[in-house]
Amino acid sequence: MTETFRETATYPMARGRCPFDPPPELGHLQENEPVSRVKLWDGSTPWLVTRYADLRAVLADPRVSADSRNAGYPHISAGLAARRQRAKSFINVDDPEHGAQRRLLTADFMVRKVEALRPKIQRIVDDLIDELLAGPKPVDLVQAFALPVPSLVICELLGVPYADHELFQRISKTLISRETPPDESVAALEELLAYLGDLVERKSSEPGDDLLSRLAVEQFRTGAMTREQIAAMGQLLLVAGHETTANMIALGTVALLENPGQLAELRETDDPRVIANAVEELLRYLTITHSGRRRVALADFELGGQLIRKGDGIIAAGEIANRDAEAFPGDPNTLDIHRKARHHVAFGYGVHQCLGQPLARVELQVVYSTLYRRIPTLALAEPVDRLDFKHDMLVYGVHRLPVTW
Amino acid sequence: MKITIDQEKCVGSGQCVLAASEVFDQREEDGVAVLLLQDPPEALHQDVRDAANICPALAIEVSE
Repeated sequence: MTETFRETATYPMARGRCPFDPPPELGHLQENEPVSRVKLWDGSTPWLVTRYADLRAVLADPRVSADSRNAGYPHISAGLAARRQRAKSFINVDDPEHGAQRRLLTADFMVRKVEALRPKIQRIVDDLIDELLAGPKPVDLVQAFALPVPSLVICELLGVPYADHELFQRISKTLISRETPPDESVAALEELLAYLGDLVERKSSEPGDDLLSRLAVEQFRTGAMTREQIAAMGQLLLVAGHETTANMIALGTVALLENPGQLAELRETDDPRVIANAVEELLRYLTITHSGRRRVALADFELGGQLIRKGDGIIAAGEIANRDAEAFPGDPNTLDIHRKARHHVAFGYGVHQCLGQPLARVELQVVYSTLYRRIPTLALAEPVDRLDFKHDMLVYGVHRLPVTW
Repeated sequence: MKITIDQEKCVGSGQCVLAASEVFDQREEDGVAVLLLQDPPEALHQDVRDAANICPALAIEVSE
């Protein structure tokens, strides 16, 4: 065990000058004290895990729980702590309950099913680019493109009328801010749950060919799940499906515009493997889920030379693990679309690894292979250092992205 | 090469299918991984090792 005399660092930390790099302090910890105590907003001091191998070990360890009801669980914010009392979704429960719920959804997100959606996703992307090109410039790429793409796709998959997308975007934004006060956070969640609950009942009497209809018929009608439980599952998919992909589209565009050589290669290639690899590398390099995977120890065990005690909170920081030179040789701090990066942990690791990852991949492959090709002169309308990066959000990105062409 | 999938552990992430689509597929009803080739040709061995390495549920075992 190492004894340290430095002051315990506060997590999350401030980023340095490069908007794509994780906070420099995380790199120091990874090098010098890969499993170390950090201080959170509520004064608690969970362990922060920064190395790739340790992160994978801890997230795959059955002695570690994702259940936010356990004492010692390191909550991200007061708002999230309050919300998780209100509606628990399977991302915050352990097996066997987690597995049973997740398996109700895995068929919808399996690789073959998602591949079948590719032409539809391509059409959505092409239509939005048509509108973009017909409209005024400069334009905010977040509102005009990055958000509508995943919005249209997830609404289509779930069977949520797209006419209600404004409701979701507003609620998502509230739910995903690190700064939303607890009462507002819970109110936004209640609004979404009530809407989805009503929708489940409507789908039950008039089912369509979508995920919520299937759950309404197979689970709600049979009494296997309540309206509330299905609504909680739906809200997780909606919020997760909105913000993450949208941020990858917008922030990925900024990163590529700042790396014009790689953008040119991506624009000119016809090889789907190059495009798929570029998506993996951008997922690794940007790791927009920059708030750490939150866990709590169910037993004593050793990790990275530290003794973790039962009841200790654990934060697995993928944003820095994805920059670990042990796992990503060469210079992990550069973007290299040809890098072997498929083993990144941007979607997490262990049994809770992102359920929607095949969908996110196809959406990003379609976007990155279409947007820059159809708008080859796409450029930032403001210098990169003037952009409003999402330091305040659970998921990193840019609040607005003024572009022109 | 001998490959085994623990279907109880599998969480249907689809990572193995993306790494080695000739060797792995997912069950229609719940996305759980299934093996298409018991003894894949050598050209696919590295893809299979990659699949086992990235499986988030540690559900794939490979012995050579």
